[in-house]
Amino acid sequence: MNGQWEVVIGLEIHAQLATNSKIFSSASTAYGSEPNTQACLVDLGYPGVLPVLNEEVVQMAAKFGLAVKATVAPRSVFARKNYFYPDLPKGYQISQYDLPIVEHGELFIRDDAGNEKRIGITRAHLEEDAGKSVHTGYGKASGIDLNRAGTPLLEIVSEPDMRSAKEAVAYMRKIHSIVRYLEISDGNMQEGSFRCDANVSMRPRGQEKLGTRTELKNLNSFRFVEKAINFEIERQIDVIEDGGEVVQETRLYDSDKDETRSMRSKEEANDYRYFPDPDLLPVVIEDEYIQAVRKTLPELPAAKQQRFVDEYALKGADAEILTVNRAVADYFESVAKAASAKAQVAANWVIGDLSSQLNKEGLDIVDSKIDSFALAGLIDRIADNTISGKIAKEVFEAMWAGEGSADEIIESHGLKQITDSGEIESIVDAVIEVNPSQAEEYRGGKDKLLGFFVGLVMKETGGKANPGQVNQILKEKLK
Amino acid sequence: MATNSNELHTRTLAELAGGLAAGDFSSRELTEALLARIESHGSSLNAFITVTEEAALAQADDADKQRAAGEVGPLNGLPIVHKDLFCTKGVLTTCGSRMLENFVSPYDSTVVERISSAGAVLLGKTNMDEFAMGSSNETSYFGPVKNPWDTKLSPGGSSGGSAASVAARIVPAATGTDTGGSIRQPAALTGITGIKPTYGRVSRYGMVAFASSLDQAGVLTRSAEDAALLLGVMAGLDPRDSTSVDEPVPDYVGGLSKPVKGLKIGVVKQHFNEGLDEQCGNAVKDALKALEGEGARLIKIDMPNIDLSVPTYYVVAPAECSSNLSRFDGVRFGHRADEPEDLLDLYCRTRGEGFGEEVKRRIMTGTYVLSAGYYDAYYLKAQKVRQLISRDFMNAFEAVDVIAGPTAPTVAFAIGAKTDDPVTMYLNDIYTISANLAGLPGLSIPCGRADGLPVGLQLVGPHFSEETILACAHQYQQITDWHQACPEDFR
Repeated sequence: MNGQWEVVIGLEIHAQLATNSKIFSSASTAYGSEPNTQACLVDLGYPGVLPVLNEEVVQMAAKFGLAVKATVAPRSVFARKNYFYPDLPKGYQISQYDLPIVEHGELFIRDDAGNEKRIGITRAHLEEDAGKSVHTGYGKASGIDLNRAGTPLLEIVSEPDMRSAKEAVAYMRKIHSIVRYLEISDGNMQEGSFRCDANVSMRPRGQEKLGTRTELKNLNSFRFVEKAINFEIERQIDVIEDGGEVVQETRLYDSDKDETRSMRSKEEANDYRYFPDPDLLPVVIEDEYIQAVRKTLPELPAAKQQRFVDEYALKGADAEILTVNRAVADYFESVAKAASAKAQVAANWVIGDLSSQLNKEGLDIVDSKIDSFALAGLIDRIADNTISGKIAKEVFEAMWAGEGSADEIIESHGLKQITDSGEIESIVDAVIEVNPSQAEEYRGGKDKLLGFFVGLVMKETGGKANPGQVNQILKEKLK
Repeated sequence: MATNSNELHTRTLAELAGGLAAGDFSSRELTEALLARIESHGSSLNAFITVTEEAALAQADDADKQRAAGEVGPLNGLPIVHKDLFCTKGVLTTCGSRMLENFVSPYDSTVVERISSAGAVLLGKTNMDEFAMGSSNETSYFGPVKNPWDTKLSPGGSSGGSAASVAARIVPAATGTDTGGSIRQPAALTGITGIKPTYGRVSRYGMVAFASSLDQAGVLTRSAEDAALLLGVMAGLDPRDSTSVDEPVPDYVGGLSKPVKGLKIGVVKQHFNEGLDEQCGNAVKDALKALEGEGARLIKIDMPNIDLSVPTYYVVAPAECSSNLSRFDGVRFGHRADEPEDLLDLYCRTRGEGFGEEVKRRIMTGTYVLSAGYYDAYYLKAQKVRQLISRDFMNAFEAVDVIAGPTAPTVAFAIGAKTDDPVTMYLNDIYTISANLAGLPGLSIPCGRADGLPVGLQLVGPHFSEETILACAHQYQQITDWHQACPEDFR
């Protein structure tokens, strides 16, 4: 970025809450059904129907609040946000306005320099999602699918604390990790269960006052958040440096063209005429309730990361990678506990071979073809010298292919490491015998030739000979 | 009692229940008699939007079968009509509006469901001010309802069709809703009994909303006894309405025998001001004396903020209405403009054509008071005043058991007399609106005449004191016969 300018970024993240039914009706929230098959009369905004709060969402919001060290409001109020749109059946969205359920939270990310940085969370509030308008395939008309209408959302609003697209992404990843740890959202970005709007403004470095911001919409992947913000930074700098002024407006990110373009300006913005929804009572949360929810909280990423360093002596960076996703952390921990090797070995396997295999096949760790106990079984065989690390990779691939446990594969493929020194000695003798001139050169001081002999021994044994023993025996025989 | 189907319409619900139980007549006979009465006397009043003749006869037959089988619900075989804003499955539910002229509800409101499960027979849906916005029934898309006491006069509103049909002895009982007086004022103007219970006493689920924090369902009947019977069926917690209250429903009928002796009745200074017609005031004062004669104590009270009720109401109610009526956009149900050019055109013409003048006025007012820059000065201020009015009531109920006074400032007025001046029309609800703002139960009973027309006495009690005000009304009806008076042309 141009050194003269500083970007200021705040994010509004919408996390779809993982309830079975909608926030104010009993209709299902399952994704991908035929249009309008999961919208009941309440979701359709029929005359006379009334919303009834799904209490599960209150618990989920409270969990989130506690997880980010926020205040869970003893009293929060649902308000109506009034505007007309065909996929908004009632002509208003039920949301929370001046009294949200969660306020004043925080979390920590690593900034671009690798230092820990606090990001404030202004608030998180509950609201219902709107439906979906489909503008193609209906001629002059539009199609409306109200399956999504009434789906519960937690809108998480950050302070404008981020100073680069990378920081914004780091923050978003932390939130993503937390909501999944809490199991309050599946975080599925393709299905729109986790999406974000970014408020971006520029100011001369050193200036306190914020510049005019634009709001970027439709950022439904981490990559797009980064690209859209970076595009917007350049665009705003260009506008300012060309002597213009940034206009306060909403801009839509087009991932195909990798650009943002204006949707509507401040002047065109709706006056939402918020007022407390008289159909719903204030949400009152007692202290005992908070304490009960607190007891249900799982260990959160930051705490788990620290514990992995303390308890398993992992490298900090590895602990961080392993704790982004709770399932990965659980998998690692299960391997570490079951295996007799050092936990760092388990970490290396999970972060290395296992992750790359999962990525290659686009699988989640819970769908891994090698379960944690099987992987521990493999690590044990390395630790007890049954196989070498190199052979282990071959065993791993066979395990992934479904050929059985490490032991079965070692047995059936005959991969057991040769540790019988008599056997190794006889192979070494044979190798020296057929290569007398190289043996002579080695003895004459050409140490590098040891590798040549090791390679031959390994080749003879199909890689199964214990490398340490081979080295040792060769050195003795070639004295 | 001799059974002559020509006089079944003169009987109250309680009397009809006795006749059905004694086997004097069947629900089928009763239903046929009342359908004939609707046919002969209903149209001159324009009280009905829909008559559900076929379904009514089928329900009557079912009720008779249930009775024969010994499965008798509390309203078994008894007739009922619903104000046309209670969603009724498979039946037109218009709200008196062109917007819902063809709207057949796919579901039953809780009120309809409970009354129907109690065995009642639905005869039809009654005319009303459009979306319950009005005090004279003149805002209905289906034309004004006429007052059976004089068909040139308005029956009041917004539950005008319900009131007129009960007053004219077409049906013994009707449901209504009351947002600012829409049950009590028409009850007063037609000489019948009407109760608006405590906010939250009866579920609002399936009641097309006007102003959600004020709307409450209730009943219009010819006696407090009938009101008690019907309210007992309708009241109670409904999980589908978050604002309905989990408070046990007392035996209202059983509680009617409680004497008024010792009852402390508050008489509000501000109720007897210059706005009150003198003859109406005299009738109310006579009624108070009659209650005093039965041993009640009259206590003068002062409610300093009560005069702010009308302006407060006309901020809060339109604000809520402007939002509640946003769903009528031509997209999913109700009226839709022909051949819209684009989305804006669809909205503008659908709503422009579908809503009447008074509804539009209130949507505009409500939109204004909620707008950025005006919210604090209007909506927020009104909510604060609402709290003050509530506090006035709470203070009053420290000293008295009920508050009694006039229901309306005048007797029934001529159709067309106030339509040009909305504010004069709004002032008709000056005595009723405060009970809605404070969420209190209120009822109106006939208590005399002025210019030969019925005058209503209003009783308002603390939250969930329906039993008290019904008993007081019933006791009054034991010593007076105003509630038995029938308009001449409808005897």
